[in-house]
Amino acid sequence: MTKKRVVLTFPTNQVSQPISYHLVKDYDLMLNILRGNITPNEEGRLVIELSGKKQSLDAGLEYLKGLGIEVESLARDIKWHENKCTHCTACIPTCPTQAMSVDRESMEVSFSKERCIACELCIPVCPFKALEIQF
Amino acid sequence: MAKTIQEINDKIKKGKAVVVTAEEIIDIVKEKGARKAAAEVDVVTTGTFGPMCSSGAYFNVGHTKPRIKLGGGTSLLNDVPCYTGLAAVDLYMGATAVQVNDPKNSVYPGDFRYGGAHVIEDLVAGKSVRLKADAYGTDCYPRRELDTLIRLKDMNEAVLFNPRNCYQNYNVAVNLSDKVIYTYMGRLLPRLGNANYCSAGQLSPLLNDPLYKTMGIGTRIFLGGGEGYIVWNGTQHNPGVKRSKNDTPRFPAGTLAVMGDLKQMSPEWLKGASFTGYGVTLTVGIGVPIPILNEQIVRYTAVRDEDLVAQVVDYSKNYPEVVPGSIAEVTYAQLKSGSIELSGKTVPTGGISSYNRAKTIAGLLKERIQEKQFYLSEPVAGLPSVDADIQFKMLNERPAKQH
Repeated sequence: MTKKRVVLTFPTNQVSQPISYHLVKDYDLMLNILRGNITPNEEGRLVIELSGKKQSLDAGLEYLKGLGIEVESLARDIKWHENKCTHCTACIPTCPTQAMSVDRESMEVSFSKERCIACELCIPVCPFKALEIQF
Repeated sequence: MAKTIQEINDKIKKGKAVVVTAEEIIDIVKEKGARKAAAEVDVVTTGTFGPMCSSGAYFNVGHTKPRIKLGGGTSLLNDVPCYTGLAAVDLYMGATAVQVNDPKNSVYPGDFRYGGAHVIEDLVAGKSVRLKADAYGTDCYPRRELDTLIRLKDMNEAVLFNPRNCYQNYNVAVNLSDKVIYTYMGRLLPRLGNANYCSAGQLSPLLNDPLYKTMGIGTRIFLGGGEGYIVWNGTQHNPGVKRSKNDTPRFPAGTLAVMGDLKQMSPEWLKGASFTGYGVTLTVGIGVPIPILNEQIVRYTAVRDEDLVAQVVDYSKNYPEVVPGSIAEVTYAQLKSGSIELSGKTVPTGGISSYNRAKTIAGLLKERIQEKQFYLSEPVAGLPSVDADIQFKMLNERPAKQH
């Protein structure tokens, strides 16, 4: 079983494609939508987590690319600029996955890429612009 | 065994002064007792690093040839307006000023990406900023326009002058409404979604000297990475609020006005901050040394987060509408644990002031004193205390007659 979080950017003409149906039915993949922004006749963006056999996963991603959908890994989506962070902890209560966390002894903030689902809730909360979305 | 500031300075000079931070003193007093601790320890260093809106800097940018009178005209630094109601080439940049083309909250919530505080940070970082000015022209100052790059080192004087910093305690902000609100205490999620606090608690300068026994006008401090002074009480200084048995205020109370040479400071300890939907402010690093003159003073500095309380205030209605009342009283130990219990709900907490950085500042100040780079100063006058009978006034509006 392999898991992968990806950001899909759809060109206008592909927005109406029922890709989730095909990924489940034809490629036997589990699909978890983390975030979506798709409007008909416009460009759309979907952040999904795909899991399944490695072979099926690769084939599923190839299928998406074949449709002209841009596929990017989620790992580089939110960047924490440590040098800009003042460890104030303002971001902590808004992070739903504890990707931003605090050592309660030193009150030092740290960021775990693995836990981040790129929900962007932290972005407007940081007064020092230490968190940046990178699409 | 009482000591004097002069005696402490002599010890610093000889490299014999015992200096500890406001965190370290807690265990020392617990283990040795206040009497022994007061005899052994000479200085306790405090620290805070939080957004302080009532901050700014004044500059003398030097005269142009031919001369221009910026006073009474319009001057922008990186498109942020300065106050020009001073002499010909003196300007004051306030931390909360925003760029002239900023959409502010017309696109709600506004980003407020760059303002006066960022200009101050850029200057301190050694960057060039653009000074653009319009003047009306006089016989002695004929020039009407100016557009130049300028750095801090080009200026004659650059002085940080903050009318209100270092709040002695602060509210814990929550939102009881059904929608997200954007405040100077950060984004507050609906129905008690989070609780934000803003104090360094047991490290905070004025919480370690609750009745202003050692801090006064002329006290030398760590300011923005350089050296500065307490020059007055801060605006809204309100010592008369309810206090705990340990004399610390349970509500926002005393404040400090501080001043120092901007050219000595560092961008690490003076940072522009953008509060979404609210505006721009300056995050200021301040450390105040407390001379341990007697047992009572050392007992004050040993205050712990669990002995310091703050009021939980609703910022959706009560704060803006000035409805008095507190939802709950919580300790800084609870706030720092990551969550508090309110109305049967576990509410996650977030800091606006950085405890981690406050600790670094207290440590830096301790090092400077130990390395004989920083001596204590004798205040020339005290700050108004609980006996001063200060009344905190709201604005009594008296509508002007319509003509």
